[in-house]
Amino acid sequence: MLLSDIKKGMKVKVVSLKSTGLSRRRMMDLGLIPDAEIEVIRKSPLGDPTAYGIKGAQIALRIEEASQIEVEKVERKERE
Amino acid sequence: MGLTCESCGRGVLKKKFNLKCGEEYVIALAGNPNVGKSTVFNELTGLRQHTGNWPGKTVVNARGNYDYKNMKFLLMDLPGTYSLLANSVEEQVARDFICFGKPHATVVVVDATCLERNLNLVLQVMELTDNVVVCVNLIDEAERKGIFIDIRELESELGVPVVATVARDGKGLEELKRRIFNVAVGIQTPSSRKMKYSERVEEAIREIEPKIDKLLKGKLDARWVALRLIDGDKTIVDAIHEHVYYEKAIEIDGRR
Ligand SMILES: Nc1nc2c(ncn2[C@@H]2O[C@H](COP(=O)(O)OP(=O)(O)O)[C@@H](O)[C@H]2O)c(=O)[nH]1
Ligand SMILES: [Mg+2]
Repeated sequence: MLLSDIKKGMKVKVVSLKSTGLSRRRMMDLGLIPDAEIEVIRKSPLGDPTAYGIKGAQIALRIEEASQIEVEKVERKERE
Repeated sequence: MGLTCESCGRGVLKKKFNLKCGEEYVIALAGNPNVGKSTVFNELTGLRQHTGNWPGKTVVNARGNYDYKNMKFLLMDLPGTYSLLANSVEEQVARDFICFGKPHATVVVVDATCLERNLNLVLQVMELTDNVVVCVNLIDEAERKGIFIDIRELESELGVPVVATVARDGKGLEELKRRIFNVAVGIQTPSSRKMKYSERVEEAIREIEPKIDKLLKGKLDARWVALRLIDGDKTIVDAIHEHVYYEKAIEIDGRR
């Protein structure tokens, strides 16, 4: 499953990054490292870019970027 | 003393930002976006600030002054970034200032409510310089969320001074000024903890670091430059050409 396919409200975690080199590094700088949890906060009207919640910050990614990130669903746990 | 003020090695800074050497301590303020960096900047400098652009860039530059223990401090507000790896103009500006401007201390403001993501930048700054002070801001927000940060433990893990602040209420800023003073003046010499990489990367570093050091003659941290080259970052080579050669050119000029 790719991050670009995720619907609003869904919670996923990073499995792997497909990009390499500096663009991979950029993703990691934004907090996209294995097991990092991500949720979709808001899709812009045209669906691109999308605002994601990653490690406590809101990060906007374009479809080309989000489609480089392999994710999986996180089991919903009552945390509060 | 020539134009470069070789005694303090801040030629580039002096020329590009019209700084006076020896009269004031230069402090860089770095941090992720939205961590309260501007609030810290305003609290420390009050109305004694100017804004302009970074030389040759459309990125806004704010600088301001404050006094502490009869010493003058010049605070440079760097663009808010998640990284210093020059992915964007903002990151390049922040990196080049810390790298080539050689501030007496770099303060990294971090968000207490999401410390983990902020430590990425802290570790990157610590790879560039030992003279780091970490300001853990938004402590009130963190406490509201039930997050309590062990400041002393963080300090011993990182090897640099760490100060807790609530910048919006002016809390912790006296202590921040005191720690900045100690690092800038040299009362305290932090030994920032360096990242160790995989053996393959460490071996590559060992191979090229001495050669880089020979070329740069201590002007930049050779291990850090080695890492950038291993990363395949071409912008660092351009930046070295621009800043180190630029400095050389003025040195020669100054001797004439
Ligand atoms: N609760 C709280 N809010 C703060 C604190 N410091 C700054 N803020 C607020 O956080 C927001 C962002 O601050 P700002 O200084 O613009 O952040 P910058 O993007 O890092 O420059 C503003 O609304 C500030 O008033 C703090 O310690 N506690
Ligand atoms: Mg700001």
